This record gives sequence, structure tokens and C-alpha cells, in this order.
Amino acid sequence: MMVSEKWLRDFITTKLSAQQIADRLTLAGLEVEAIATAGDSSSRVLVGEVLAVAQHPCASKLKVCEVNVGRKTPVSIVCGAANVKVGMKTPAALPGATLPDNLKVSKARIRNIVSSGMLCSEKELGIGEDGDGILELDATAKAGATLAEHLALDDQIIEINVTPNRGDCLSVWGVAQELAALTGDKLVPPKLNKLKPASKRKVSVKLAAPAECPRYCARVIENVNVIARTPDWMRGRLQRSGVRSISIVVDVTNYVMLELGQPLHAFDLNKLNGDITVRKAKKGERLTLLDGNKVKLNAHHLVIADDKAAVALAGVMGGLNSAIDDDTKDILLEGAYFTTDAVAGQARGFGLHTDAAHRFERGVDFMQQERAIQLASQLIASIAGGQVGPFIEVSNKRYLPVLKPIGLRHERLQRVLGLEISRTDVSAILKKLGMKTTTSKVGWSVTPTPNRFDLRAEHDLIEEVVRIYGYDKLPSRPPRVESSATTKPESRLPLSRIRNLLIDREYHEAITYSFVDGEMQNAIEPNCKAIVLSNPIAENMAHMRTTLWVGLLGALQNNYQRQTRRIRLFETGHVFHLLKGQRVETMRIAAVVTGDLRAPQWADTSRAVDFYDLKGDVESLIELSARTTEFSIQAAAHPALHTGQSASVSANGKKIGFLGQISPTVLRRLDIEQPVFAFELNLKPLLTAMVPAYVPISRFPAVRRDLNVLVDESVPAEDVLEQVRKTAGQALKNLTLFDQYRGEHIDFGKKSLTFSLTLQESSRTLRDDEAEQIEQRVLNALQKQLGAVLRS
Amino acid sequence: MTELNNMLNELKVQALQAIAKADDAQELDAVRVQYLGKKGELTLQLKQIGSVAPEQRRELGQSINAVKSQVEQSLNERRETLDESALAEKLNTQKIDVTLPGRNAGTGGLHPLTRTIQRIEEIFSGIGFDIADGPEIENDYYNFEALNIPKNHPARAMQDTFYIDDNTVLRTHTSPVQIRYMLDKKPPLQVIAPGRVYRCDSDMTHTPMFHQVEGLAVGEDITFVDLKSVLEFFLRAFFETDLDVRLRPSYFPFTEPSAEVDISCVFCSGKGCRVCKKTGWLEVLGSGMVHPEVFRHVKIDSEQYTGYAFGMGVERLTMLRYGVDDLRLFFENDLDMLRQFA
Repeated sequence: MMVSEKWLRDFITTKLSAQQIADRLTLAGLEVEAIATAGDSSSRVLVGEVLAVAQHPCASKLKVCEVNVGRKTPVSIVCGAANVKVGMKTPAALPGATLPDNLKVSKARIRNIVSSGMLCSEKELGIGEDGDGILELDATAKAGATLAEHLALDDQIIEINVTPNRGDCLSVWGVAQELAALTGDKLVPPKLNKLKPASKRKVSVKLAAPAECPRYCARVIENVNVIARTPDWMRGRLQRSGVRSISIVVDVTNYVMLELGQPLHAFDLNKLNGDITVRKAKKGERLTLLDGNKVKLNAHHLVIADDKAAVALAGVMGGLNSAIDDDTKDILLEGAYFTTDAVAGQARGFGLHTDAAHRFERGVDFMQQERAIQLASQLIASIAGGQVGPFIEVSNKRYLPVLKPIGLRHERLQRVLGLEISRTDVSAILKKLGMKTTTSKVGWSVTPTPNRFDLRAEHDLIEEVVRIYGYDKLPSRPPRVESSATTKPESRLPLSRIRNLLIDREYHEAITYSFVDGEMQNAIEPNCKAIVLSNPIAENMAHMRTTLWVGLLGALQNNYQRQTRRIRLFETGHVFHLLKGQRVETMRIAAVVTGDLRAPQWADTSRAVDFYDLKGDVESLIELSARTTEFSIQAAAHPALHTGQSASVSANGKKIGFLGQISPTVLRRLDIEQPVFAFELNLKPLLTAMVPAYVPISRFPAVRRDLNVLVDESVPAEDVLEQVRKTAGQALKNLTLFDQYRGEHIDFGKKSLTFSLTLQESSRTLRDDEAEQIEQRVLNALQKQLGAVLRS
Repeated sequence: MTELNNMLNELKVQALQAIAKADDAQELDAVRVQYLGKKGELTLQLKQIGSVAPEQRRELGQSINAVKSQVEQSLNERRETLDESALAEKLNTQKIDVTLPGRNAGTGGLHPLTRTIQRIEEIFSGIGFDIADGPEIENDYYNFEALNIPKNHPARAMQDTFYIDDNTVLRTHTSPVQIRYMLDKKPPLQVIAPGRVYRCDSDMTHTPMFHQVEGLAVGEDITFVDLKSVLEFFLRAFFETDLDVRLRPSYFPFTEPSAEVDISCVFCSGKGCRVCKKTGWLEVLGSGMVHPEVFRHVKIDSEQYTGYAFGMGVERLTMLRYGVDDLRLFFENDLDMLRQFA
């Protein structure tokens, strides 16, 4: 809501400056976002009267004008505007004037003719958008007066962010009332001359939907000069309120709405067929709105209709079929009370936002319709002439809001606020707000004013009291410290531990959007059905991610495109799946890696990162839980992974994720030309750790046996190790694979595996012959089960 | 006797000279053998002791042993000196340039937003808040209805919502976690809930996804003053400075009274600068007392219990804390940016 300071001062006598007013409003919940000046008040721009217009001798598009600027002799100004004409009043910037964008006006020779200034458009003056021609001023403007004075350019615009609960402050009068409550300054209510009807013409009104529209006021004005010029003072105030001047009738309805908060509408009376009915729309009923929008209505829409058709969408916008045009003679002014529920959501439903709907949705004072109609008819009659008809009002009292008193308990107020406010202070605040108040044993009984739709119950009053009392009077105390009732089990591994492990392994955490490009996601997880947004912000941000890889690969690609070749990123976050029609969210952790394992450094030979580096990181994550035996990593295919370098991770036999090299097909889409490795795991299984259970350490010597066996290439190393673990028995304390070899000296199709067994008994020394037995047992089993032979 | 003594002296002088001359362990050993070996000159002297008159033997023996031990001591000292210099020389050859960089495995870093969330969690955990989370795809009911934002409420226009279907949205704030938590637990309770939230808005100062931390406390005597106290404590702890905190009336459908919370500008200490638009204040969070209508939805008796709630934007706090000037940087994941938070 943009409020002109001068307009506001019409209704309140206050010593406060605009800035002080803004501060008071801000601290009371009407946040002032900015204070702007209405225009440059430079005195070198004057009201000029064009006395004569002559063709420029050397330029067909230019004219030489003699302009009266209040001096003895007129000044000569060259002007290129098409609308310049004799007799018009227009802003004349004289030499020395500075226009916006730092344009300095000076005496200049334009194609051999001296021009002593410049006639200006509103755009050139920085007070409006129109740059097509020079600004035409009121015919009554005084030549030689400063433009600032004539247009009240020393005005300031106070921009207020009005919260949805404060519909009462969507008018200058409303803001004035609020300011008076805050400061105690004197209110000057708007003046009203009730016009005596000069004609008898009436329209009959029927309230067919009284619950939605319990009051409808109207008035006929005949013989209105609808093309009369809107006077400069009104244009200025509209402009400063962010409303464009359109025509006198529309301007007046807007002006009254801005001043009082009551939206008005004006129909071309002669385009209406018969009586006015306020009714629910018929299903499928059609209406073309003023802006040309063709809308299809439903039974929950409220319309104003004549005997033939709907002529307005109630509280939102008028219909084109009854719109005022230049030929309109007689008008019907409408000032109705539509309930908040009747209008709420209606404009938005058609993608519209109108000033009227904005106010009705938030609540309009149900007692001010007459005042608004009176003010509007008075303004129209005085500016555009016409004969006003009798004031028409139709109300259904059963449905009009009832101002009910609300109980306010002093004890409750203090308990909620934690503040001691005396009864006297509370009473004084309620009085300032203009609410009818009676006291009782426990507190007060308060009847809110009809413009305050936000005051319905005791808690609303509590807020109102503390708001006026001042939040700045709340004391500062140390915070209450509670002991947390829930304790964290030791077995719960904090997510931060998992993140830290990756960070210490040189991963950077990324955060990517949860909605991704469906096409890219489909290339990565073609078999996963994604949840799709019905109103995405962009086509490529419409699919909820089913895998963190889409976002992470995107982040990797961004960095790769900026010439970074060594990238290690991870992310934790939700992925979203549709499983049997159910939406499921799962917390995951994923990483992508490319480039050298380590940054190049003088004392280290660098090499490219590979599958086993990544697998090591995954194993470390698993080791954090100390539940390594529950996890297994097996070769498994994934559509986004290299067919030969891809594995699944399982916990207790249940698949929890994948790791591997990203397939070249996916990389081609990303324009990445070096191998990328990635893993992604469900986070939950990683977050439960074993609580340590101490096993006495052995004081007896351990025996190490190294074994080197030959097996078929196709036998997974893990099978060999598993076989060793199974057959070595409890004396096996550690098993480490330390070499894999294939190539020279080894038969084709075979590989050599070397591993060491650490054998130890806990209560005695393991004898050599026992170690020997174990070794034999292991070798026999390996041979029998996997065809492995001892390599000599 | 005197003759013998003289000879002994002579031997001693010779031996000591030879020791001093020895340049390495080998030479020294040769000297040792020459004088103290089985056939060494001093050893031989001892062997000749039998030829001396018995009454002089004792005296002579003492003299020879004294010389022997003197020579031995000198030998040891010389050996130590030689060892030391040999070691020093060896160490000298192993000298390296300690200013060359270490062999570093490198470290990564948390995303700045996670860093901020962790700090917020730590501060609130310290005064007894639990940490909760909730789904990001929410029912309309939890995201709006239960928070006193019915369909068609003008407040819905305050938040541009992403819809999955008519009844399902991407949560527009972390406030639905309040509802879920209150339905799940009995008061008294104190909890914060960090997480991702979504709004259909994208420009210089808005990203369609961002992060919030919700806070909620419900008990029999939780007051508006408690709310101010906890936020003041938090903001001073977070920014590690004794900044001013200002509560300003505002409106949220799910709290009443409601307050926007401003801090004195952390860039100009409230003097007025570009960041605070010359006001000296920065808006950092929204808060208020839990609305009785919200309590009704979660079946908590609002006559018995009161509570406060607050919500803060993680991006905003991160930008203010670290001086990041472009919101969109947080989601570009440029390593040059991320490395600064390692």
C-alpha cells in the first residue's frame, strides 16, 4: 500500500515527520518498506501556457512555441511533441532546471532557432510512465507557478507492507486511524456533503445470495461527462498510490477506494437490462471481464447480474458488457459489502489480482458503503457534472456481521505475555483503539470496530494490547534452560560423523535442488517412476529426484566446465519415490569423484582415482558402524554404471545402494571426458552403530602365514576370503589380501591372490603344528570349493 | 723404581698423545690394543711386576693401574667424542628442506548451509531443545490447514506453493514439523526442526528451494517474554556479538501475537549501510505465540498450555554471518566457493 503523506495529513494532525510516521507504523506492525519522494521539486520547472505554436522553419517535426511562464514576455521554446497546442498548460523547464537522469536544461539553438527551455512529458519529469507527448495540465493551472507547487511534488510516498490481517489499513483513512491510535494525535474525519437527489432514477436491487452479499448500495448519476479530464490533484494522488489514471469515473472510484478502503464499481446504466441481482453464478455461466479475460463460472462464484446475464464478478472485476466507454451518459455506482469468504480466492482462481478483491478478501468495513457512494457521487458531480439519483441501499440484516463483545481476562493477558501490564494501561490502550469497552471483575468486555476483521477472540485482543503497548517494552532475560527429556542412544551414529569422514577424505559437501531434469534422471534411473510437480518453475526442474546422482553429476559438470579436473563431492538428502502409489521419502548419501586421487604434489606420484578408491570410502563409512559383517558388496548392474565396474551394497541381505564407474553413455550427455565414479547409499542402515563389547586381548604370540594361490579369473576375491574365514576358525585374528596378480608366468584365465593370515589363541601359545594344520585346512577347502591351488 | 715410574709416565704421555691423535674409531682401537691389549705395553708392564721386589710390588701395581685407568678413561672420552662427531656428520648428510610442503591428503568441507544448521543445532541443544525432522512432500493439511491457513486464505498468496496434486505440496516452510511433533509428543516440549523448504519463486533474492529452521516450545508457563529471551540468546550466540534484538509486530496465521525479529546490522553495527538499507536493522526471523487454533488442531488445551514458535531462513543467516552476497551461489556448488568453508 502506497500512501501519499499529504493525503494522510488530510486526516490526521500530527507533528511527526514522514520518517517518524514510518517508524511508528513499522514498530506497530505496518512495516514501511520505503519512503519515496513524489517528484523533483526543482523550482525551475514552471507551469507554462502555450500562447502560440508555429512551424519550425527548418524541421518539419518541430514547432516553435511562445510560452507564458508568468514573466512580462513569453519565452520561445522549440518542441517536438505532437500534442502541443495553443492554450494548453504544460510543464516548462527553464534553463538551469535539472531533470531526472541528471539532464540539465539550458538555452540551446535547435536548427537555427533559439529555444529557452523545454516542454516536458511526465516521463521526462520522472513523475509518470507516459513519454508520448508533453504533459497536459489542468486548464486552471496558473502560468508561472512552480510545477512542484501545482502538482504537490513535495509530497512523499510511504510504502507500507500491509499484512493480510490488516485489511483496515488498505486505505489512507485506515492508516490515519491506526496512526492516531499509536500517537494519540487528532483525527480529522473525511468531509462529506450529502448531495440532494437531482433525479428520481433508481435501479431495483435484489440480494439473492445474502450470505455472500448482505448489503448492496448504489446510485444512478445521469448525464455524466465521462470524458471530462481528471484534475491534476487527483491524478497526482492516484499516481502516488500506484494507480494509473484512466477516465474520470474510474479514477473517482479508485480514489474513493484508496481513501476509504471501499471498492466501488461503475456500470454504464444504459447497457444494463432491467434490475440488479446479486446471485451465485450458474454452472458454466460465462462472463467477459473488463480486461478482456473470458471466464467460465461455477456455482461458488458470486456475480452481479441484470435480467439477462452476469455483468460483474462480484468484488473482483466488472464485465465488459456493462463497461463505461466514451459514449456513456448515465452511470450506476455500486458500493457493496461482499463477505471475505465470498471473494476469497476468486481472483486468484482466474490468475487475477485486483485492488477490489485484495480488499474484500481481507475484509471491508460493512458500515461504510453509504459514505463511499456519497463521496464518489460528490466528486463525479463536481468534476464531470450530472444529476445524482436517490441513494439506494438494500441490506439483509440477518447476514450482516454482528459486533459482538469479546472477553479479555487480565490474568490471561499477563500469563501469555509474561509481562505485568496494569489494568489502567490496558484500559487506556483499548480506548486509543476506539473500541467500546466495559470492565468486569476479571478484565474487560471489548467490542471491536467494524473495520477490524482480525479481532475475533481474546488472543486477538492480547496481541492488539501488546502491539500498542510496544514490543520494545518486553524485558530481556536469560533464556530458560531445560534439560532435554530425551537422551540419545550410544548406538546412534550422528550424521555429522558420517559427513566428517567424507570431508576428511577430501570430499566437499554439495547441496543441489530436489527437483531435477526428468530427461537426465531418466538416463540415470530409467526404471524409476518419479513424482512430478504440477507447477514446476521450469521444465527441467519438474521431477522430484529419485537419486542424488542427478544433482551431484550436475554440480560435477558445472565445476568440470570451469576447467576443474579434480572433483570430489557428496550430498545427503531426501530422494522421492512412488512405490505402489505411495510417496516415499528416503534419506540418502551419495558422492561423485573424478580426476586424480590426490592433488599433485612434489613428493607423491599422482594417479587417477579408480573403483577401489571409491570402494574404500564406502567401506570406511560402513566401518563407522562397526557392523561390517552385516554388509556386503557384490557385482551388480545399474543402468547408469559401467557394466564391468558396478556393484551393489547390501545390509543384512537388503540392497541399500550402488557404487561404480559412471557409464560412458551418461558422461557423454554431460560432456565429461574422464572417468567419474559414484556411490549412493540409503543413510539409515549406516546410522546404527555397534556399542563396543570388550574381548580380552591375547598376551600370547601371534603367527603370520602368507598364502599365495592361483584361482580362475572368474572367482571373486571375496569368495576366496570368505572361504578362508570360514575354514580358519576362531584362531584367525586378521586376514588381509595384499596382492592380486595376473599376466606373465600365470596361465591365461587364472589369477594369483596373496593374503596373510594372522593366527592367535587367546589363552595359550598357538603351536607351530596347529598353525600348520590350519593352513592345510584352508588350502584344502580352497581347492575343493574354488579350485584354488597353492602357488609355489 | 724411579726408572720404572719414569717409564710408566712416558708410556702414559705417549698413550694419551696417541689417543688424542686418533681420528676415527679404528685408529682409536689400534691405540687401545697397543697399550691395553693382551700384549699391550701397559699390560706387559703389569706382567713384569713379578720381577720387582715384593715390598715394591704393591706400590708399582697401584701406579700401573692408575695409568691404565687414566688411559682407559681417555680412550672412552675420545671414543665418545668421535662417535658424536660421526653421528653429527651422518645427520648432516641427511639434512632436508623442512620448508617443502608436507605430503597432504587434503580435506574437504561442509556446505556453508550445513555449517550454519549445525551451529544453530548446537546452540539450541545447549538449552535443551530436541531436533526433529519431517517429510518434504507434505499434505495440504499439515502445511496449511493445521497451521490456521485454510484454503483461499489470503496468506496462501504470501507463499507460492509447488503442488504435486490438489492435496499435496512441497512444504513451503518447516512449520508442518511443529504439527507432527505436537501430535506425536506431549507437552512440555522444546524442539527445533531444520530442513529444506520450497517456494515457486526464482530471482536475484529467491531460489525455489531454501532452508529453514523451525523452533517450538510448549509448556504451562511459556510466555512472549520467553520467546524474546530465547531469540536474543540465540542471535547473540550465533553472531558472537552483543547485538541489539528488536521485535516488531507482524502477522503469521499460526502465531498470535506475532513478531518479526530484527537485529542491529552486523555490517555497520546499526549505523546504517547498504546491506541494512540505511535502517540499521536486519530482519532475520519470524516468530510468535502459538495460535490457539493450531493447538486445537493438535488437541492441546490452549487454556492449560501456551507456547511459542519461530522460523528462520538458513541462507539469510549464512549470508549475514559470512558476508556471502549472492543467494544463488549456495546451489551452484562451485568448488571455489565451497573450499572457503572447509
